[in-house]
Amino acid sequence: MLSRNIHPFDIVNGALLVFISAVVIYPLVFVLSASISDPAAVLSGNMWLWPVNVSFTGYEKVFGNRDLLTGYANTILYTVVGTAINVVMTMMAAYPLSQRSFYGRNLIMALIVFTMFFSGGLIPTYMVVRDLGMTNTMWALIIPSAVSVYNILIMRTYFQTSIPGEILEAAAIDGSSDIRTLLRIVLPLSLPILAVMVLFYAVGHWNAYFNALIYLTDREQYPLQLFMREILIQGQMEEMINASDHAHAQTIMDEETVKFAIIVVANLPIFLLYPFLQKYFTKGVMIGALKG
Amino acid sequence: MEHSLRTRKLYIAVKRHWQLYLLIAPVLVYFLIFHYLPMYGVQIAFKDFIGTKGIWGSPWVGWKHFERFFDSFFFWRLLKNTIGISLYELAVGFPIPIVLALMINEVRSSPFRRFVQTVTYAPHFLSTVVLVGMVVIFLSPTTGIVNQAIEAFGGQPTYFMTEPDWFKSIYVFSGVWQQMGWSSIIYLAALSGIDPQLHEAARVDGASRLRRIWHINLPGIRPTIVILLILNVGSVMGVGFEKVFLMQNSLNMEASDVISTYVYRSGILGSQYSFASAVGLFNSVVNFMLLVMVNRMARRLNQTSLW
Repeated sequence: MLSRNIHPFDIVNGALLVFISAVVIYPLVFVLSASISDPAAVLSGNMWLWPVNVSFTGYEKVFGNRDLLTGYANTILYTVVGTAINVVMTMMAAYPLSQRSFYGRNLIMALIVFTMFFSGGLIPTYMVVRDLGMTNTMWALIIPSAVSVYNILIMRTYFQTSIPGEILEAAAIDGSSDIRTLLRIVLPLSLPILAVMVLFYAVGHWNAYFNALIYLTDREQYPLQLFMREILIQGQMEEMINASDHAHAQTIMDEETVKFAIIVVANLPIFLLYPFLQKYFTKGVMIGALKG
Repeated sequence: MEHSLRTRKLYIAVKRHWQLYLLIAPVLVYFLIFHYLPMYGVQIAFKDFIGTKGIWGSPWVGWKHFERFFDSFFFWRLLKNTIGISLYELAVGFPIPIVLALMINEVRSSPFRRFVQTVTYAPHFLSTVVLVGMVVIFLSPTTGIVNQAIEAFGGQPTYFMTEPDWFKSIYVFSGVWQQMGWSSIIYLAALSGIDPQLHEAARVDGASRLRRIWHINLPGIRPTIVILLILNVGSVMGVGFEKVFLMQNSLNMEASDVISTYVYRSGILGSQYSFASAVGLFNSVVNFMLLVMVNRMARRLNQTSLW
């Protein structure tokens, strides 16, 4: 079947897709190779795809940097606690909203969805969080984004379409309370969507920097992304503005490898999980897409 | 008597399903405190905020802060950059995922298809900090690989990140690189719902692959395209603080300063709470009006709309 049906269209389409994939993956491979190459080779342009003169200086410096280790530990804490709260809250919203017998669900739905399109804005939100005394605590990074409307919609759609109504009716007839039905029947049937939610929320927390930027001043509490911003972006900006200064050649070289190594280290957890989660995330987006 | 009947019905429903109300109560409290309370608090845009008196006690000043913003030197620049970056992003970033989805949809070999999808989705999971960090590294005038390539071909190195002229393109194309694969998922989902019999019939009638894509696949995903277009236009004024802020520096401000970064600077850093709220409110209102308008247009032209 394969050889018979090869068509010029397939060849052109395939070649274009190979090209697009190469463009997308090249920077990632470059960063990975650069992180384990001799900095001099990277900076002089001798390393363009595969590692040259393998060296682990960058990683040594990353793991010897107290800030980065603190940041890493903080990020893990924020991600675990934040994701747990997110997923529980999403379920607590999505399950009642998926039940036809839940009186008032259209009104509640409308109230929740409206916040997707209109908000008080940065300053009033900041003042609420500040007045609640959350600044400089991890709660400022977790509670103001405790649940996402979009994810409520995805989960509600899943409950409505993938859990047979007959099971819920049977449970109700047998005298199971709503919470008991949720915990004993709905949850065990919802593992795929829970995996999707964990993935979406965890990636969000792992990568977040904005709330930390406005609510945290104590460096001890900074998440990894804020330290990475200092190293990856602010340092480089200064260097570019006085680019003619060649006095610190060695320092610059060391800083460069640290940058590549820190990118790899920061994304390692996500990319290790990636192959296992891939089947779930496509499903999650599709559930969200099929019925808005 | 309709009133008491409704009250009775509500009473019965709540009594029978009180646990559902218990479940959703914390979520409602969350939305009231973190979404509706700030909407109420936005009144400080019409007041002169005095810390010791709090939001409620500060004196009303009417449109003063709005007028100051509209008269300021920054107003046109902010508006031009905010809308300019958004429209540029919309024009380039919106069609590409559709084309990519149509292309991936034509692939018959499933390992190849999975390969392309795995690769193109991956950058979505990089944080904005890492993405901008990579852009800065690759575009560095001295050590970046892009400038090394330019020099190898005999060109002059370009200071991409500090040239205002380059800002918008770097912003838009790095976004395309990061999000095109991920954004294509939703169209792939819509494509998978198209009836294969349509394709059979068209093939029998002798339609070519391109013709079938144009006359079957594209119309088949039109509702999805319209919904996403509405959502995108509805966020024209909300051009991402996260990325613009990270890419901004003192030399490219002319092209990179947008309303959201200005609100951050004047409000959070400069503590001008009332003024910054006014700027932010202007932004939200324009944005909301755009959304309503586009939604109405889409409903009239297409019978597809958000609500």
